[in-house]
Amino acid sequence: MKQWKRFKESYFLYSFKHDRVAITSFVVLLILILISIFAPLIAPYNTYDTSSIDIMDAEIPPSWMEEGNPDFILGTDIQGRDLLSTMLFGMRLSVMIGCGAVFLQAIIGIFIGLISGYMGGRVDSFLMRIADVQLSFSTLMVAIMISAIFQVAFGVGRYEELAVPLLVLIIGLAEWPQYARTVRASVLGEKNKEYVEAARVIGLSSRRIRWRHILPNTMSPVLVISTIQVANAVMSEAALSFLGLGMPVTKPSLGSLINSGFEYIFSGSWWITLFPGILLVVFVLVINLLGDWLRDVLNPKLYKG
Amino acid sequence: MFAFVVRRITQAIVVMLVIGLLGFSIKQKIGDPVRDIVGISVSVAEREALRDKLGLNDPFLVQYVRFIKNAVHGDLGMSFFFKKPTLEVILSKAPATLELVFASSLIIILLSVPLGIYTAIRPRSLPSRIIMGGSIVGVSIPVFLTAIILIYIFAVELHWLPSYGRGATVNIGGWESGLLSLDGLRHLLLPSIALSSIMLPLFIRLIRSEMMETLETEYVKFAWAKGLSRRRVWFLHAFKNTLLPVITVGGVQLGILIAYTILTETVFQWQGMGFMFLEAVERSDTSLLVAYIIVVGALFVVVNTIVDIIYGLVNPTVRITGRK
Repeated sequence: MKQWKRFKESYFLYSFKHDRVAITSFVVLLILILISIFAPLIAPYNTYDTSSIDIMDAEIPPSWMEEGNPDFILGTDIQGRDLLSTMLFGMRLSVMIGCGAVFLQAIIGIFIGLISGYMGGRVDSFLMRIADVQLSFSTLMVAIMISAIFQVAFGVGRYEELAVPLLVLIIGLAEWPQYARTVRASVLGEKNKEYVEAARVIGLSSRRIRWRHILPNTMSPVLVISTIQVANAVMSEAALSFLGLGMPVTKPSLGSLINSGFEYIFSGSWWITLFPGILLVVFVLVINLLGDWLRDVLNPKLYKG
Repeated sequence: MFAFVVRRITQAIVVMLVIGLLGFSIKQKIGDPVRDIVGISVSVAEREALRDKLGLNDPFLVQYVRFIKNAVHGDLGMSFFFKKPTLEVILSKAPATLELVFASSLIIILLSVPLGIYTAIRPRSLPSRIIMGGSIVGVSIPVFLTAIILIYIFAVELHWLPSYGRGATVNIGGWESGLLSLDGLRHLLLPSIALSSIMLPLFIRLIRSEMMETLETEYVKFAWAKGLSRRRVWFLHAFKNTLLPVITVGGVQLGILIAYTILTETVFQWQGMGFMFLEAVERSDTSLLVAYIIVVGALFVVVNTIVDIIYGLVNPTVRITGRK
């Protein structure tokens, strides 16, 4: 109760209430996340159930157009699946992979960042060099390379079976340096403060100091980059799926749906690409807007560069 | 300064050796050179003999050193699909990609500098707000979606511009250039706009924030106090000093464009390195895949090292903090 009261009187909530962009983005994001969690209940059709799909229904335009069918509000894709349902299931996959990947990269990044910032010296310069080099290759490039190698190593069939965990792994491995650098920068700021010294004086182990004393104080920059990292992870997943290195067409994410529609855009079936595209852009946009707002409010000293 | 350059170059070589090691282990684990050479209708004993002859039964380290030696001599293995040296295949595709990156960089620089300066000196005006709002929307649209939308509008609906390929190219000393013919330029327009769409917002924001920071400094205030003209303060005093961080961050970002060429080239079926790379993945052409990783890795390392050294030249504090 006390914490709730403190939250109610905080500057954080105050600035949120007075920022229309932040409120709108938050509401939209919340709706999108709820929709993707409850997709199996909301979606008009279960697109994973192959018996409900009829190839004769393929490429029906949205219902308000001349040849539209009121059964399929946004039309159907090339395999005759209801586009709206496929999009909902696709977003569910994209959100799942995005959050999973951010979780993984946060674990790796926080671990390395803490050690690197607290130890300093050779360990620090070695780990940060690795992070710098990997970042200089750009996370997208690294993700594409790793997934290409995985696909050749596993073979296409096996890769598609394991696509979800593999994508989480790939994107997690590609983007951990962001976390490591952010955490390290704030650990460097914290570790010489009095409370850390006090903890050391009373004889706590360095591991305990790191995890229980310093880590909680580095959380606000981590929170800020986490929002933007989810957007980045969803974008990376979409890019990989678009290249055919991600989710297969039978279990499409938003990216692979856009990819499958792209081949049919020349014959005029624009809806298969456009609607998933809009959904993807709206999702990423609201996260970016929220991230911008969060950065302004919490104003942590982010690693510049 | 000399020590700094040496240290940077040593580091670049170490990174290249690690990339080589990665590439080599991929080849070891996935590719089978014997299969690449003989196909499937050869007996096990003959295969073993061939393996011995090719030195494939040597220890890992010996093979790795041999691999690096060959790589330094420009031999990155044979492509399984093209039946040609991989480096030759990659180099024949490189001009297309480099021209695409060049055209996009041109668009980015020509647009982001004026827009960035404008939003910095008039942060509260309506056009600035529109530009800044547009930039966050721009960051949120994936490159491939921009590309598809451009194709749909300008190629499918309006029939103004071609939607795929490079068009007519002119051969200048082995460099197939699309920059010199009207048809080539028409083909180049949409892909380069699509490719620049991802970096343009980042550059505008970068230039804006650096410029705003500079406008707050003492020496700019002093220039105002001296009563210099606004143009002089903005462009001569302030903008010149924002260039340094912009060039260094920008140099690295332009290298990153290479990663995005994979996406744009796929959409536009642009016959460059990125398109070739994806084809190699589909065909399980391990040698070509590894060669691409090494060539692109080298490209990144060279760009980053040059940017670092330039930065060290113009900004001595980097050299000193680097030394510790």
